[in-house]
Amino acid sequence: MACPSPVPPFERFYEAHKDEVLAFLRRRAGRERADDLFQETFLRALRAYGRLRHAEHLRAWVLRIAANAVVDAARRERPQGSTAAEPLVHDRRPAFAELAPLTDGLPPRERAAVVLRYGYDLDYHAIGAALGSNEQAARQAASAGVRRLRRRWEAGQ
Amino acid sequence: MSSVPTALDARFREAAAGLLDVAYDVLDETPVGPLLLGVSDHGLCRVRFDPLPEQDLEWLARRFGPRVLRSPRAVDRVRRELDEYFAGRRRAFDLELDLRAVPEFQRRVLAELRRVGYGQTTTYGALAARVGSPRAARAVGVVMNRNPVPIVLPCHRVVGAGGSLVGYGGGLARKEWLLRLEGALPERRPVRAR
Repeated sequence: MACPSPVPPFERFYEAHKDEVLAFLRRRAGRERADDLFQETFLRALRAYGRLRHAEHLRAWVLRIAANAVVDAARRERPQGSTAAEPLVHDRRPAFAELAPLTDGLPPRERAAVVLRYGYDLDYHAIGAALGSNEQAARQAASAGVRRLRRRWEAGQ
Repeated sequence: MSSVPTALDARFREAAAGLLDVAYDVLDETPVGPLLLGVSDHGLCRVRFDPLPEQDLEWLARRFGPRVLRSPRAVDRVRRELDEYFAGRRRAFDLELDLRAVPEFQRRVLAELRRVGYGQTTTYGALAARVGSPRAARAVGVVMNRNPVPIVLPCHRVVGAGGSLVGYGGGLARKEWLLRLEGALPERRPVRAR
C-alpha cells in the first residue's frame, strides 16, 4: 500500500496547470467549446495519472492531452463525408492538422497513436498514458496505423 | 492569464470524484477548528485537525495513490454526520472506514476503540487488555496518536488510569471539548455575576 508516488498529488498538478490549459483551449477551440474541452482534458489526465512513472514534462503532457481533445472534438463535429479539417486552429496549421485528413479512415486508437506520434512528436510512454493504455500498446497501435496507411496508399497508386 | 471560473472548476471537481484515489475537502469552521476530511472509494480514510495542505496531500498520496483532489461534494455525507455530531444530534457515526493503510496491530486496537460508546471513557491499559496485550498501554497510546480518523474513531474517549486526559493528537483542549459535548465530563458552570 505504502508506495511512494513519482508524481505530485493530482490537486497540485491541476492547480499548477489549469489556468494555462484553459487559455490554450480558448485559443485553439474558442471560448464556447473551451469549457467542455477543459473538463475532458483533465478527466483524461486523471485517468492516466496513476500510471505515470515520472513527474517530468507534466506541463507538456497535459497540453498535448488538451490538443488531442481539440482534435477529437473537431472530428466529432465534422459533418459526415467531409474530409476537410475543421478550421479550429486559427494561428497556424500545425503538424497534427496536416495529419488529420490523411488519417481520417483509421480506427480511432490507431489514428490517435499516429497523430500523437507523428503530429505531436510524443514518445510512446506519453502516448500510452494519453490513451489510457501503455507504451507497448501505443507502439503497436501507431505501427498498425502506419501499415494500414501504407496499404491504402499503395492500393491508390 | 485569466483564471479558471469557479463554476467550471467546481464542475470538474465533481465530475472527477469517481476517478480519484482520495477526494478531500477542508471544513474551515467547525467547533474544533479546521478539519480536513478524506474519502476513498472504500470509505472515510482521513480526519485531520489543523490541516497543512502541503503535508496532508502527500500523506494521502503516499498511502492511497496520487489521484488526490479536493472534491467537496464527495465528502458531503461525512460533513453532514460531523455537523450533526457537533450539534449534539448524533451519537454514532454511520460511515464506512478505509483503514487499508493501517498496520495490523493498530487496526486491531482501532477496532476495539470503535466499540467505546458515546459519552463513555476507557483507559489505555483497558484497551490494551482488550486486544490481548495488557502491558501494551504505551503502544496503545501511540496508536491513538496515529489514529487516521479521530472523532469518528473516538480516541478522545481514552484517558489515563487516574482519569486524567493525558494527551490527544489534536491537543488536550479539543479532547476536553469533545468529552464535554458527550457529557463524559461535568459541564463547566458559568461564573455567576453578582
